[in-house]
Amino acid sequence: MRDYPGTRQTLIDIDTIPEKGKGVPVDHNKIVAENVSAFFGKVQAIRDIQISIPENSIVAIIGPSGCGKSTFLRSINRMHELVHGTRITGKILLDGEDVYSIDPVLIRKKIGMVFQKPNPFPTMSIFDNVAAGLRMGGTHDRKNIAEIVERSLQQAALWNEVKDSLSKSGVGLSGGQQQRLCIARALAVNPEVILMDEPASALDPIATAKIEELLFELKKRYTIVIVTHNMQQAARVSDYTAFFYMGELIEYDVTKKIFTAPSMKQTEDYVTGRFG
Amino acid sequence: MVGHLLVRPLYFLQIMESIITAQHTFKASKGRLINPGDLIFKNLTRFFAALILVLVVLMAYEMIRTSALSWNKFGFNFFIRSVWDPVQDEYGALPFIYGTLVSSLLSIVIAVPLSLGIAVFLTEVAPRWLERPVSFFVEMLAGIPSIVYGVWGFFVMVPWLRSTVEPFISKHLGFIPLFRGAPYGVGMLAAGIILSIMILPIIASISRDVLKAVPRSQTEAALALGSTRWQATRIALAYSRSGIFGAVILGLGRAIGETMAVTMVIGNRPTISASLFEPGYTMASVLANEFTEATSEMYISALVEIALTLFIITIIINSFARLLMWSVTSNERAQKA
Repeated sequence: MRDYPGTRQTLIDIDTIPEKGKGVPVDHNKIVAENVSAFFGKVQAIRDIQISIPENSIVAIIGPSGCGKSTFLRSINRMHELVHGTRITGKILLDGEDVYSIDPVLIRKKIGMVFQKPNPFPTMSIFDNVAAGLRMGGTHDRKNIAEIVERSLQQAALWNEVKDSLSKSGVGLSGGQQQRLCIARALAVNPEVILMDEPASALDPIATAKIEELLFELKKRYTIVIVTHNMQQAARVSDYTAFFYMGELIEYDVTKKIFTAPSMKQTEDYVTGRFG
Repeated sequence: MVGHLLVRPLYFLQIMESIITAQHTFKASKGRLINPGDLIFKNLTRFFAALILVLVVLMAYEMIRTSALSWNKFGFNFFIRSVWDPVQDEYGALPFIYGTLVSSLLSIVIAVPLSLGIAVFLTEVAPRWLERPVSFFVEMLAGIPSIVYGVWGFFVMVPWLRSTVEPFISKHLGFIPLFRGAPYGVGMLAAGIILSIMILPIIASISRDVLKAVPRSQTEAALALGSTRWQATRIALAYSRSGIFGAVILGLGRAIGETMAVTMVIGNRPTISASLFEPGYTMASVLANEFTEATSEMYISALVEIALTLFIITIIINSFARLLMWSVTSNERAQKA
């Protein structure tokens, strides 16, 4: 491990972090957050977050537990407001339009979400799970649905494993397969952005690797924001990394820079494993 | 008698002995020392628990014994005959079974949509300050003595049915046999309505608990796909369907066994009629009304056989409901693990 100026020994072998972010042509910011603050009752969970998320990139949000990273993620697709007594201020723009001035149902169709624990609908078959979003959105043409289900499962790299058991229950799958089923379910409604809230934290290393591999594929079509506790994962998959601490965005930069030469002391302490 | 056989006398000896030697531990089986207080506690509670079983078994035994006379005379025909003639000592339970089933099913038909509406409102829609008082009132409905419902039904609901509701329905829906006939007020419809009010709190409050137990991740998964509130609720309802079914079955159990209120509004006539406006009779009502005047041994025996039928039906329905509820809770545990 080489010594980089301004860094202590990092947890990750820096040389393994691919050069990314720089080469990505950033012509469009998909999501722009302006002065976003979110509250649970009187407790402020995030404070004045300003961040721009480029189209077709993967942005990782890292930070210790309780730093507000999930809250920020959930305020992008307006899931934060579903909890009693929550409040949000500031603006979140999707393609320049404030998501808080649009019907949340429409917003959530454009901004899909994958949760920490796989949560397929247990009463539905694998096929119906993927079709659920379409049907709720008013698509009832069978042929159309079947096509989209197949395409989504292929995109989620699950098709080959389940194509012969589409009518079986989704909860019979392994944890990793269930999570990919949830990804397929999110893809089926054809979102533009996919939010992932620690999507691999409940999975074993092999299933995690599959999900990460999948992310690279999905990046070509979608913009992905991923919250993760796992710094190696953030380093491996993301183009940009945002470091949250105590409800504030401390640093946001190209991933390689965050992990090799962060400009803030707190970021450095965190990525070198001194706290968190 | 049976009780003495079930509770082994040995326990009493051990209890007595441990009281006498209260200050000393002594050797139990396998040579382990145990505290005498623990032993008393263990055996005393075991005794109380056994008492319940003994009670149920004794009840069943007594009913089987008393109804033997009627069973020997009418056999299985008892359940499919519609004659009820205490003068000739000819008995058949069909009108009562029919009345119980129809009035209970009618009450389920009325109560289930209402209860589900209340449960969904309380879990998905109501703000917190409203949820508590509404839940409280719903549960309070369950605590009102059934005779109060009966009195209200007889003096308020039945006249209203007779003068307003039944003429209106028969005018517009009279072509359906269910709604044909003279508006008596008292009858199957009145019984069904009063029962539905009485079972509503059970179904509503259990469904509310079941819906509350739906993991947040399920509703959030639906909402994150761009579902509306209603669609997310349907996902939650699908998730908790077996629990809700259990709640309905428990309500059905209550409706089948309900006596006083039904007796006051059903009309108490052992007939089988397609029309809901016609009077009927239920198993519970006939027991309440006729036990005091049952003179002949065969009359008593026939009534007890009806009681036994009711007893068995309610036991079956309640165990079925319990099983469903258990399967739901064990699923939850499996998911949490």
